[in-house]
Amino acid sequence: MNPRITLATAGRVLAQLRHDHRTMALLVAVPCVLMSLLAWIFDGTPMFDRIGAPLLGVFPFVVMFLVTSVATLRERTSGTLERLLTMPMSRLDLLLGYALAFGLLATVQAAVVTTLSVTALGLDVAGPVWLLLVVAVLDALLGMALGLLVSAFAATEFQAVQFMPAFVLPQSLLCGLLVPRDTLDTALRLVSDVLPLSYAVDAMRDITASDTVGPGTWGDLSVVGTAIVVALALGAATLRRRTP
Amino acid sequence: MMNNGTAAISVRELRVVRGGRAVLDGVTFDVPRGTVTGLLGPSGCGKSTLMRSIVGVQVVASGAVEVMGRLAGAPRLRRSVGYVTQAPSVYRDLTVGENLRYFARVLGARDGDVERVLDEVDLRSNVDIVTGRLSGGQEARVSLAAALLGSPDLLVLDEPTVGLDPVLRRDIWALFARLAESGTTLLVSSHVMDEATRCERLLLMRAGRILADDTPGALLERTGSTDIESAFLDLVEQAERSAA
Ligand SMILES: Nc1ncnc2c1ncn2[C@@H]1O[C@H](COP(=O)(O)OP(=O)(O)OP(=O)(O)O)[C@@H](O)[C@H]1O
Ligand SMILES: [Mg+2]
Repeated sequence: MNPRITLATAGRVLAQLRHDHRTMALLVAVPCVLMSLLAWIFDGTPMFDRIGAPLLGVFPFVVMFLVTSVATLRERTSGTLERLLTMPMSRLDLLLGYALAFGLLATVQAAVVTTLSVTALGLDVAGPVWLLLVVAVLDALLGMALGLLVSAFAATEFQAVQFMPAFVLPQSLLCGLLVPRDTLDTALRLVSDVLPLSYAVDAMRDITASDTVGPGTWGDLSVVGTAIVVALALGAATLRRRTP
Repeated sequence: MMNNGTAAISVRELRVVRGGRAVLDGVTFDVPRGTVTGLLGPSGCGKSTLMRSIVGVQVVASGAVEVMGRLAGAPRLRRSVGYVTQAPSVYRDLTVGENLRYFARVLGARDGDVERVLDEVDLRSNVDIVTGRLSGGQEARVSLAAALLGSPDLLVLDEPTVGLDPVLRRDIWALFARLAESGTTLLVSSHVMDEATRCERLLLMRAGRILADDTPGALLERTGSTDIESAFLDLVEQAERSAA
């Protein structure tokens, strides 16, 4: 690993995003519009407080999954990955470079959406708002790590995009966003227990519900952290220097 | 046969299987240091596969590939081998300058190196243009420029002159000759036979095998032809006759 190469890679990914104004605008605007829409739909009911915060974590997860799976697929198919791997670049440099750039992007996205939600949209958050941001960034990194992993199994951008409903929707359905996880059927409950997004949503819910951060929250966060590391390690294993 | 100690590339009994077919079968040759060697052969004969094996990104079934006395793809070689893939492998959403500065940082090359390679491929005036908006030939030259960064000892160039006009082709070949004079070894593939005369040595390939490994002059003499194209056809006929 080499910090110079890692930072250069993060800078390069950010430069690519900077050239793509429309994607940047969509990344920030779409979650804001969706949150506003939700606040409006559930106006006058306690529903927005119940699902608003977990959604703050789901957005960065979905978005980073999509962006990363397409971006890495492009690296693989355009030959730039092949070129980089003939250079003194370790796979960790590449992964950390992407993680830094997308982490930064997720921070900006989460900061804007959270600020909008707790101010204009009146989302009630009992716990510290900065911790909501931390969870959102962790979710983004989780989405990134999974996106990187699945891009190895996609041959085209069409396939990569199809992995989104396949990987992300089941997690979103079972993470407790729609139905509290402890009311799920046992089989579903067990499945939701092994899906990392469930822990992110649990943490988000704790932070909004209580003003003290208990060991349960930190436990949830460490599960998410572990999932990120595991997914990144699996993703790294799919970045092969030699291909058939 | 060259002495292994002085050969820049040494390939022995190389066999590569792609998509269930033997794409290279028993390929053996040496490339002496400080020369321009042309790799010529019809489309699909295995030129790109051979080059991928030399830079260490191809899974090989058997045989040995050594580059400057080390196993192909060894970490120590990653600073001293420049590789241009057949399709331009640059970030089309970055400017020419951003692309080259990124690769320079990955290689640990001096910043001034970017200016040097831009001059060498005659793209200085395009430095701030987004690469995807360049013409095909210009984009190919950005890809070539990236491989020149850090002045590698060996350049493996897969069809670097495709899509270039005669004047540019002449300039690029003059650049290759200058590089070889200063001690760089170049392996350049092409399926345009008239480029052969610009090489000091030629490797003629057909259907995964080396047909001839000689100087252009010796090839012409051996086959009694006046140009490399008919020499090649002559060798193909000979090979078919001896196989029948
Ligand atoms: N990714 C791949 N999977 C399976 N087979 C492949 C793959 N890439 C190339 N081949 C096969 O390997 C053979 C050699 O391909 P290669 O790209 O090395 O040819 P080439 O000499 O470079 O041709 P060209 O001049 O058209 O670039 C071809 O028959 C091709 O069908
Ligand atoms: Mg080829």
